[in-house]
Amino acid sequence: MNAYPATKTLSEEVEHPASEAGRCGPDVRSDLRVRIERREHGGIEIDLHSRVEPYYGESIRRLADTVLEELGIRHARVHIEDEGALPFVISARLEAAVKRAGLGKGTRVLPDQVKVPQASARDRLRRSRLYVPGSEPKYFINAALYGSDGVILDLEDSVHPSEKDAARLLVRNALRSVDFLACERMVRINQLPLGLEDLDEIVPECPDLILIPKVEIPDQVMAVEKRIDEVKSDYGLTRPIWLMPILESALGIENAFAIAKASEKTVALTIGLEDYTADLGVVKTSTGTESLYARHRVLNAAHAAGIQAIDSVFGDVGDLDALRAWATNSRGLGFEGMGCLHPTQIPIIHEAFAPTANEIERARKILAAYNEAQEKGLAVVSLGSKMIDPPVVNRALKLMARALAMGVVQ
Amino acid sequence: MPVAEKTELLTNAAGRSVLEVVNGRPQTPYLGVGKYRPTGTKASPPIHTAADYPQNGDKVVTDLETALRKCGLRDGMVLSSHHHLRDGDRVALMMLNAAGRLGAKDLVWFPSASFPSQKSAIELMQSGVIDHIEGSMNGPLGDYCTRGKMRGLGVLRSHGGRWQAIQDGEVHIDIAVIAAPSADAFGNCDGSHGKSACGSLGFALADSIYADHVIVVTDNLVPFPCVPCQIQGNNVDYVVQVDSIGDAARIVSGTTQITRSPDRLRIAELVARFLRDARIMRDGFSFQAGAGGIALAFVSYLKQLMKEAGVRARFVRGGSTKLLVELLEEGLTDYILDGQTFDLDGVRSIASNPRHVATSPFTSYNYHGKGNFASMVDAVVLGATEVDLNFNANVVTHSDGRLMHGIGGWQNCLASRCTILAVPSFRDRIPVILDEVTTLCGPGELIDVIVTERGVAINPRRQDLVDAVKGSNLPVRPLADIKAEVERICGGRPCRPKHGHRPVAVVKWVDGTLLDTVWQVNGTF
Repeated sequence: MNAYPATKTLSEEVEHPASEAGRCGPDVRSDLRVRIERREHGGIEIDLHSRVEPYYGESIRRLADTVLEELGIRHARVHIEDEGALPFVISARLEAAVKRAGLGKGTRVLPDQVKVPQASARDRLRRSRLYVPGSEPKYFINAALYGSDGVILDLEDSVHPSEKDAARLLVRNALRSVDFLACERMVRINQLPLGLEDLDEIVPECPDLILIPKVEIPDQVMAVEKRIDEVKSDYGLTRPIWLMPILESALGIENAFAIAKASEKTVALTIGLEDYTADLGVVKTSTGTESLYARHRVLNAAHAAGIQAIDSVFGDVGDLDALRAWATNSRGLGFEGMGCLHPTQIPIIHEAFAPTANEIERARKILAAYNEAQEKGLAVVSLGSKMIDPPVVNRALKLMARALAMGVVQ
Repeated sequence: MPVAEKTELLTNAAGRSVLEVVNGRPQTPYLGVGKYRPTGTKASPPIHTAADYPQNGDKVVTDLETALRKCGLRDGMVLSSHHHLRDGDRVALMMLNAAGRLGAKDLVWFPSASFPSQKSAIELMQSGVIDHIEGSMNGPLGDYCTRGKMRGLGVLRSHGGRWQAIQDGEVHIDIAVIAAPSADAFGNCDGSHGKSACGSLGFALADSIYADHVIVVTDNLVPFPCVPCQIQGNNVDYVVQVDSIGDAARIVSGTTQITRSPDRLRIAELVARFLRDARIMRDGFSFQAGAGGIALAFVSYLKQLMKEAGVRARFVRGGSTKLLVELLEEGLTDYILDGQTFDLDGVRSIASNPRHVATSPFTSYNYHGKGNFASMVDAVVLGATEVDLNFNANVVTHSDGRLMHGIGGWQNCLASRCTILAVPSFRDRIPVILDEVTTLCGPGELIDVIVTERGVAINPRRQDLVDAVKGSNLPVRPLADIKAEVERICGGRPCRPKHGHRPVAVVKWVDGTLLDTVWQVNGTF
C-alpha cells in the first residue's frame, strides 16, 4: 500500500540510521525489542520473531500496523523480537522507537483504557507503596495483586538515563491498560526539570499521586503543581492528583515544613534515606540512628502541616525480621507507612503499622468511658483511677478509625 | 525415514481421539475413572533356581557389557532404567551405549523418566540401537519425539502406570539395570548411603521383581550385608562396579531455595490458606507436595499456619526436601512417606530418621494394588501446563503440542481427597486456562481446586469445598471469570496452534487405557 506518491526515486533513497527500543533475550520476559528502519517507499514490512508466535503472531502484526499508522509512519522496515509482551508494552515500544528515530507525527498512541478507578481520597491509608521499575513491564502486570496500599511506577532512580523517554511511554500506557485494583496509582517522576516533561505524558492518564524526588525547596513542589494544573486544564481533567515530596538531602530536611505547606495538593511527606545518608557522608544502618533527626524533622513538619508522614523504604529485602523491627519502630515514632521494594515486605509492614490488640482494647475502654461521661454530663472522664484528658480521647478515636480502615476491627 | 503407525482412531470416554494399536499392541480406550476392571492373572518373572547362582553370593562381573551379554541381550529387547539419580544419572546411558557396542538393535528403552542429560540417546535412536522410548520425554528427547523422528510411538505413563503396565504384562522387561548408591556383591542395594546417595530407589522396585534379568551397577560396593536395603539381592543376577554412577551435584540439590517470584509466592500462600480455611489442615491430616518452586513455598507457608493453629500432620508425602525434613524434625508431622528425595537434607534424613520412610510406586500409586496410599492423602498440590473450563488438565505438553514434562506421579496423585493445581494464570502472555486442554492428562472430575495468582477456582462438583471456604477472605472466583480476565490482559484469546495428523506418542491413564494422543508438531523449536 502506498498512499502518497513517492517523493524520491530508488537511486535517490537515503540511508537512515535504525532506531531501537525495548529489550529482548532469553532472560527477558514480557518485553520486546523493536528496531525501525525508515524507508521512502514500499509500505510497512514487519519481521516478527516472537516466543508467542503461534498464539499471538497475527495479533502482534495487526497491532504494529495500527500503531504505526496512528504515528503516521507509512514506510518502514520493522524488526520485532518479542518475549511475550502484552499489547500495551508493544505499543509503547513501537512509539518509543519511532520517536527516537525522529519519525512520525508525534502522536500519543494510547492503548485500550481499563475502567479508571475512583479518585483516591486525600487521607486514605498509605501504609505501603510498592516500587515498580518503570522500564520493567513484567513487574507492572501483577503489581496490584499483592495488596499494597499504593503502587509506584518509577521513572526516576530505577530507570537508566538512556531509557527515560521509553519508560515514560510505558508507564503512561500502564496507567491506561493495567488494572491496579484497589491500589493508589502513583508515579515517581524524575528530578526537575526532566520531571516536568514526565508530567506532560503521565498526567492525562490520571495517576492518583505524584512523588517528587529530591525536593529541597518549596518552589519545586509549586512548579510540579503548576505543570499538573496546566496539563489537566489542557485535557479538561478535574480529578485531584495528590503530591508526595521526597526529602533526600540535608537542605530538604531543613526546609521540611515549608515544603510540606507548599501545595494544597500535598498529602504526605516522605524521606529517601539512601540519598540523605550519602549527602551526610554517613553509612546507612539497619537501626537508622544516623537519620533519626531527619526522620523526626519530617514527622514534625508533616504533622504541623496536617499531612501524613511516611517513612523511607527498607533496602534489605531478604531480611524480613529486620524490616519488622524497623517498621515497628517507625510506627512508634509517628510514621503512617513505608515504601516497599518487594511484595514480601507488604504484609510485614501492614502488620507493623496496624494497631495492636492491646492498643485497640485500651482505646475501646477509653471511648466507652468517654461516652459514659458524656451521657452522664460529666466534665471529667476517668478510667479506673486515671483521669482521661481530651487528647487521650482524640488519640483513641484516631486509632480506632485507623484500625477500622485497615480492617483490624469491624 | 520413520514409518507412521497405520491404525484406526477411536474416541474414548473423555472425547479424545486415541489409537487402536500402539507399537503393535491392541489398546483399550479410556473408559472413565475407575471403570476399567481387567481380569486374569498378573504377569510373573520366569522361574529361577538358587542352584544356578554362586553359593558364596558373589555376583560381581567385570563390566556392564559382560553382564548384558550374560543376560542374553538380543535385538528388540526391553531395557529398563530409573531416575532416582535424576539429571545426574550416568547409568542409563552406560547401559544403552554398552548394548550398542554389543551390536544390539531395535531396543525399547523403558526408563521411569528421562532427563535432558540423556539427550545422546537421540544418536542411539538414529543409529537404530533404540527403536523407541516408553517413558517421559522432555527437553531434546521430547523435541525429537514431537517432531516425529522416533520410529515407534512414545508411551507416557505415570509412576503408578508403569507398575501397572509391568504387572498386567503390557511391558515385559528383559533386562533391568539399577543404579545403586550402595550395594553388596549379592545385589542387595540401597540409595541412602554412598557418595551418590539419592534416597529412595522405589522406582526400580518393580523392575527388580518382574524383569527376566536384573543388573545392579554401583560405585559403592560394600561387604555383605548392605543394610538397609530397599532392593533385594535375591532378585539380582549380576553386580557391576564402576567409578561413578552419577554426578553428585545433579543427583540432589545442595541448597533448596524457596522461590522469590512474587507471583509464585502468592499462589503458594493462597494454597496454604485454602487448606486452612477449608479445614483440611487439622490435627492428623496429611498432604503431598513436590519440589517445584510453588510447592516448596507452599510448604513454608503451611508450616507457619500449622504452627499458628497448633496443628500436627500424621504424614506428609514427598518428593522430600529440606522443608519437609524440618516439619518432621520440628514435630509438625509424625512421618514422611517419601517417593523420591530431592536434596541433601532429604538424603540425610531418610538415612537416619526412622520416621522418614521410603515408599514405592507400588505402595503409593499402583492401579493393580489392593488400594494405594495416594487416595488416603487429604490434599495434594500439583502443577500443570494447561487447565480447561471443565477442570481437565495437561501436564505433558506445551500449548503448541511439544512434549515438555513427564507425567511422573501427577496422575496418581489426583486420587487425593483434595487435588489442588497451583498454576499461574498465564505464562509469557500465553493463557493457562483454556476452553479445552491441548493434551488431556488428568480428568476434571478428579481436580478439585485451581489456584492462580488471580484467584481460587473450586470445581463445582465439590460443593463441600465451596461451602467450607464460604466466609473466608480467600479470593474464590469462577474459573471462567479468571479466564476472561486473563484473556483481556493478554489481548484476546490466543490462536490454537494446529497440530499435525500423525501421532508421535500416547498418554496412558493410570489403569493402562488410552487417555489421549500427542501429535507431531512441525516448525522450528
